[in-house]
Amino acid sequence: MSEPVLEIRNLNVGYGLGDQAVRAVRDVNLTLHRGEVLGLAGESGSGKSTLAYGLTRLLPPPGVITGGQVIYHPADGPAYDVLGLSDRELREFRWNETAIVFQGAMNSLNPVHKISTQLTDVLRAHEPTMSEHSRNARAREMLKLVGIAADRMDAYPHQLSGGMRQRVMIGMALILQPQVVIMDEPTTALDVVMQRQILRQLIELRERLGFSVIFITHDLSLLVEFSNKIAIMYGGRIVEEAPASAIYRDSLHPYSAGLLGSFPALRGPRRELTGIPGSPPDLKGMPTGCSFHPRCPKAFDPCASNIPVLGRPDTPDGSTRSVACWLHPTAQPVGL
Amino acid sequence: MTSIPEAKAPADEVVLEAIGLTKHFPVRRQLRDLFSNRHDAVHAVDDVNLTLRRGQVVALVGESGSGKSTVARLLAQLYPRTGGDIRLHGVSTKVKSGSAFRQYCARVQMIFQDPFASLNPVHTIRYHLERSLQIHGNAGDDLETALHELLERVSLTPPERYLDKFPHELSGGQRQRVAIARALGAQPEALLADEPVSMLDVSIRLGVLNLLRDLKERLNLAILYITHDIASARYFADQTMVMYAGRMVEGGDSETVTQSPAHPYTRLLIESAPDPDRLAGASEAAGEERGNGEPPSLIHPPTGCRFHPRCPVAMPRCSTDLPVPLEIGDVPGHWAACWLYDKAEVAS
Repeated sequence: MSEPVLEIRNLNVGYGLGDQAVRAVRDVNLTLHRGEVLGLAGESGSGKSTLAYGLTRLLPPPGVITGGQVIYHPADGPAYDVLGLSDRELREFRWNETAIVFQGAMNSLNPVHKISTQLTDVLRAHEPTMSEHSRNARAREMLKLVGIAADRMDAYPHQLSGGMRQRVMIGMALILQPQVVIMDEPTTALDVVMQRQILRQLIELRERLGFSVIFITHDLSLLVEFSNKIAIMYGGRIVEEAPASAIYRDSLHPYSAGLLGSFPALRGPRRELTGIPGSPPDLKGMPTGCSFHPRCPKAFDPCASNIPVLGRPDTPDGSTRSVACWLHPTAQPVGL
Repeated sequence: MTSIPEAKAPADEVVLEAIGLTKHFPVRRQLRDLFSNRHDAVHAVDDVNLTLRRGQVVALVGESGSGKSTVARLLAQLYPRTGGDIRLHGVSTKVKSGSAFRQYCARVQMIFQDPFASLNPVHTIRYHLERSLQIHGNAGDDLETALHELLERVSLTPPERYLDKFPHELSGGQRQRVAIARALGAQPEALLADEPVSMLDVSIRLGVLNLLRDLKERLNLAILYITHDIASARYFADQTMVMYAGRMVEGGDSETVTQSPAHPYTRLLIESAPDPDRLAGASEAAGEERGNGEPPSLIHPPTGCRFHPRCPVAMPRCSTDLPVPLEIGDVPGHWAACWLYDKAEVAS
């Protein structure tokens, strides 16, 4: 496997302080390798967006990072902890090294500025030495890369369709050639046809430019198709992490299995599906032990009292995956 | 209005029918149009035919902007129609307000997409359900029992626990169940469900769909299920209709429409749906020349077939002649509005 580009170690993120604090992300360990698409799946409230904002330090108050490390390995030079960067270093780090495409990116463009202004603005801020002419050339090149004719440079956001706005956002994220691109539900507001076009383009671009992607969504069936590795979050923790095909073919955690069983299949035999009984947990009153145990069909004695640790399972492909479930007692915890 | 006897009517009796249903929304005229004779309109729905039968689910599938929600609102008589007809038990109905509208509502109820917006945040669940029961005169002698029955029907048990809660105290799935219970309070014959699960968490969507299916069977309801997720249409609906840019393009038995789609647009839709079996990397192999581009403007829709600018197999005829629904011939009742299936075309 290729070298890691981003390592998240024991990351804890919460909202608020003191008694009212809510722990939205708990002890997350995750490694993103170079050129990889890592899918992060989970229901609303599972902490997947908080994780993304935490590791880029974009979390608005009252969000606080309460512990852990985010080790970034630049293409050249020594690795460093993103959480320890000063404001000035952070400015350098952002967009040059990691870029983020926000949830509802269609509305993230400023409606009163032209596309060209918004694209070149990034360059003006991050590469002040660049000439006006080369800035424009670069912006035009980016638009072409994401499949928009260069003559739309002077369009305003409302003159573009949703899919095109989304492409502009992706182009803008890639304009400084970052190593890591974080996409927070980039296609949920789009139709399936457009969604597929944009994802296909993203995969093509990734092959050409070699960046890594953290892809956050609740649509597991989409991730299985488009990502290399999938991490599934529930109640702020990662409950299972494995190559996409392994998650789909034999998921080990009952929640992953339940989530996969929640999507009716378009092909193959028609089966009766049940979804998962109960509702997602409230972060304020998290169940004891495994947070999934009140909804779990396979819960047994230790689940209600002890928190399972994410570790390598005892299966033939155990070295490539990890799971946090008492059904699969693990010898070797991850990340310690 | 007497209450509807449960399961007494014949199983596949037609409840609600739309014939040539059309809705155009006028576009506000601009200053430069003042002296011209132009009256632009958004052609949201054109010539839609739809039949809801007792004990059956009909799914209406389409992208956003294809007019599927407008169809539901027209059927619920929330919008006046521009043309065509809506028939309730074969009788043409056009109601606007007052007791006629109320009587119509008692028989045709709608469930909205967003349970966070469709329940009033300052009222308890009890109030929502009471209103529904009392307005439609279904409270009977014992209001409390009727309320309990309603909540039990949508599997919110024990009912006492939910009755005095406010909407914000419930999860999305529970709220949608309350919205369904409220619709059932009118004892309707037809339910129009406009994307009832798209705002819910994935793990609880199926719970709500299974509940609707269960209710359909127990109460012999006719359900219109509007969705953009064609896989859930296959799972939940007996019949599936596909809409594109305000027109029906294909219809038939759900299994047939999803497994052997006839119209190029349906094929595009099905190929675009996420498919876990097509693992990363392999996705490129599945044909490059799929229709690109975007749905057309509905103010000036394309002439002929509305899909022709994006259609990979468009013929010259497609841009001039409006295709009529044509039988495919594989399974009875499977049709597509596409010239590919015209006898003359097939022969040549």
